[in-house]
Amino acid sequence: MYFESLSAMWHMDGHGIYVWLAYALTAIPLALTVWLPIKRIRQHWRWLEAEQRRVAPAASRTVNEAGV
Amino acid sequence: MWTIIHKMGSPPWFFRFSGTLVRWLLPITIALLLVGAVWGLLVAPPDFRQGNSYRIIYIHVPAAVVALAGYYVMALAGAVSLIWRIKMADITMRAAAPVGAVLTAIALVTGAIWGKPTWGAWWVWDARITSMLILFFLYLGVVALFEAYENKTAAARACAVLSLVGTVNIPIIYKSVDWWYSLHQPASLKLTGESAIDSSMLYPLLLMILAFYCLFALTVLLNMRAELVWAHRESSWLKQLAGGA
Amino acid sequence: MLPDSPLLSLHAAFTRQFVRHMRSLMASPADVANPLLFFFMVVTLFPLGLGPDPDRLATIAPGILWVVALLASLMVSAKLFASDFEDGSLEQLALAPYPLAVLVLAEVAAHWLTTGFLLALVSPLFAIMLGLPEQGLSTLVASLLFGTLCLTLIGAVGSALTVSIRRGGLLLSLLIIPLNVPVLIFGTTAVTEAVIGGNPESWLALLAGLALGSLALTPLAIGAALRVSLDS
Repeated sequence: MYFESLSAMWHMDGHGIYVWLAYALTAIPLALTVWLPIKRIRQHWRWLEAEQRRVAPAASRTVNEAGV
Repeated sequence: MWTIIHKMGSPPWFFRFSGTLVRWLLPITIALLLVGAVWGLLVAPPDFRQGNSYRIIYIHVPAAVVALAGYYVMALAGAVSLIWRIKMADITMRAAAPVGAVLTAIALVTGAIWGKPTWGAWWVWDARITSMLILFFLYLGVVALFEAYENKTAAARACAVLSLVGTVNIPIIYKSVDWWYSLHQPASLKLTGESAIDSSMLYPLLLMILAFYCLFALTVLLNMRAELVWAHRESSWLKQLAGGA
Repeated sequence: MLPDSPLLSLHAAFTRQFVRHMRSLMASPADVANPLLFFFMVVTLFPLGLGPDPDRLATIAPGILWVVALLASLMVSAKLFASDFEDGSLEQLALAPYPLAVLVLAEVAAHWLTTGFLLALVSPLFAIMLGLPEQGLSTLVASLLFGTLCLTLIGAVGSALTVSIRRGGLLLSLLIIPLNVPVLIFGTTAVTEAVIGGNPESWLALLAGLALGSLALTPLAIGAALRVSLDS
């Protein structure tokens, strides 16, 4: 650990604002680039599962009806 | 070799394989990023000339390095797509372009923020920042061209041609901007030498570069999976996976 | 094209394509004059925007002339393949039994002769208006000759990629401006070096190299891009 106190860590001899701003402006878009596709995959997956549930009983029903 | 390429081209195989890969890569990437950031921000000593503002290097340089490498990855996928007409290569290209654009934007923004305490100005037409800006335009061009085509197969091939032309051009652009800068360079703007970087500063930097490479791979894979799930929503293999889950 | 005409040699096919395109360009002299007029007018804007101080204008004249030349070439590349695409002659070209890259090169050559080449020839006129020192004039012409060739070839790639897209004009500039950066840098530096009595030859050589390189490589890219546009 280089810094002696928490306030020194924030302040960084006057450069703190730049350093922390740069890290924040990196973290936010990076988090978004990871999170957005994950969200998209989940949405599509849920749609697919719902579609399967909707189609599968219908398919079995037609088989039954055909059997009867 | 050929079987691997063949397998990579098969969506069901790729979907399962990338799923395993993502499950490992996500925690590894987050851990690497956290360790690298804490090391660079809190543990590494300050630069004797720039003080603490140099700590931005731990995100600026990795973002710039991976953004440039990302363009080559994209162009390589483009070449594969043009030559062998492999659908998966189209999807790789489509997935890599926005990630590269985001990384280039990050390199630009952090470079500007770094410039304020170092040069006293938010924007300086420094050789590396200018090259990054042009790389950003190149990425935007690929993304915009992809969006402009209705037919996505044609879009992928157009982007492949564009990114290959860009790949031939990038070394020329970098070199010419370098010369341009050295011709107009005022003495006061000389960057601090980077040859003599101390190992206590170098190791966290290398770690962060590795972390950004992992992040690039992760986000490209995630984008590809998102694209695959939607494109193959009518295929039986995906329906089986969804139905079984 | 007669159905039973014997196959022409590649050379003859190139010439025929070149003459045909040249004729269609010459049919509308206004289209040939437009980029020159554009060049003239934009050059006029700079003294109005920056003030008439001759010394200041002279120092930035190489940059102004080159940037305006780049914009003029950008403006005309948008139209390079547009009419051929609309009337279907591009489709014919792609089906012809010759390499598309060669036929396309004939069109680009005709296009360059009526735009970039002319622009380079008349550029000393505008350079004098901006007060560019006389020792820079010959270098300006030489750099624009090589440079506009590069700009036209790169512009043709962009034009081929966007010809099937409605309102592709703005997209075209996004695609090719970054690719034109080295040409601009080499061109302005050559002229500046000539003005200050430096060594413009090496920069001209770089430009010539760039022109030869694009002459060899871009026709392939243009051909591939045109096929994509025709398929979409």
